[in-house]
Amino acid sequence: MSQLSSSGHAMPDNHDAMHEHQGSLRGYLTGFVLAAILTVIPFWLVMGHVIANKPLLILVILALAIVQIFVHIVYFLHLDTRSEAGWNMMAFIFTAVLVIIVLGASIWVMYNENVNMMPMSPQYQQHSIGHQPASNPPTR
Amino acid sequence: MNTTAIDTAPPAPADHYCLTESPPRNGTLLGFWIYLMSDCFIFASLFACYAVLGTEYAGGPTGAEVLDLPGLAVNTALLLVSSVVFGFAMLEMARQRKGAMLGWLAVAGLLAVAFVSFEIHEFLVMIADGAGPGRSAFLSSFFTLVATHGLHVTLGILWLVVLMVQTVKFGLNTDNVRRLRCLSMFWHFLDLVWVGVFSYVYLVGVLR
Repeated sequence: MSQLSSSGHAMPDNHDAMHEHQGSLRGYLTGFVLAAILTVIPFWLVMGHVIANKPLLILVILALAIVQIFVHIVYFLHLDTRSEAGWNMMAFIFTAVLVIIVLGASIWVMYNENVNMMPMSPQYQQHSIGHQPASNPPTR
Repeated sequence: MNTTAIDTAPPAPADHYCLTESPPRNGTLLGFWIYLMSDCFIFASLFACYAVLGTEYAGGPTGAEVLDLPGLAVNTALLLVSSVVFGFAMLEMARQRKGAMLGWLAVAGLLAVAFVSFEIHEFLVMIADGAGPGRSAFLSSFFTLVATHGLHVTLGILWLVVLMVQTVKFGLNTDNVRRLRCLSMFWHFLDLVWVGVFSYVYLVGVLR
């Protein structure tokens, strides 16, 4: 019973919280600057040929992308643990876990299959050997 | 039994819900958020496709040969600025300034139109060069993923135009505010997906 009366009093605060939840000019500008920096770095790394080590370069690009995705989520989509009583966050975590499983498992399984199956098929092997020098001679 | 248990939620969450949020107004936004999360799965499966098929060139062109990085940089900038500008429109909406909001929305919409136009141009150039979606598994997965994103942006533009007309006609009433906030989430979400596209599909695609 006391909950009902207090919820009536809470309405004005609630309204302010809504506005805060929608973001502020400073929030959007901070997000924009961070996103711009996190976009420019990978472009510079790839187009300026800064890192010669390819696997390392790919890891750096992916790490920057993940950081930028979180910048977008926090500053543009305003996801936090309070919005919608935490249900937004719950749905997001659930999605993130499934997306990681789908992506990670697909890459893992298919990589292993490629590695283990390739020598089995002489046709394919011949094809890929014949193809590789033609496709990118300068880098290798 | 289960349904009644959900209807009359346990005391602690209900307490939190009533004190800090207003359920009727937020129901739509939560529902729309869940739609966005399910849309994430569509993109995740297309990303997984590209991850698996992205090096199957079938003797055709590789990523380094067909992907246009300067064009990609322009497109990325267009979409990012469009996303921020949409945020400005939402700030004006919170202040009940209809004219300023419509102005920012128009800018955001035009930037998105430029984005889609550049993308279609890039696709047409690739197809003319013999690197169409039918050439190899790499290009099939590339076109499917990038075009699905482009289609989302196109539908977002259509939705934006409809809501701008609605706002001009009926003003910033509760319904229009709610719809605009859903569209704002959609708009920012598409920019978020684009981060994955330009990083993984293009920048990593060029290196593979």
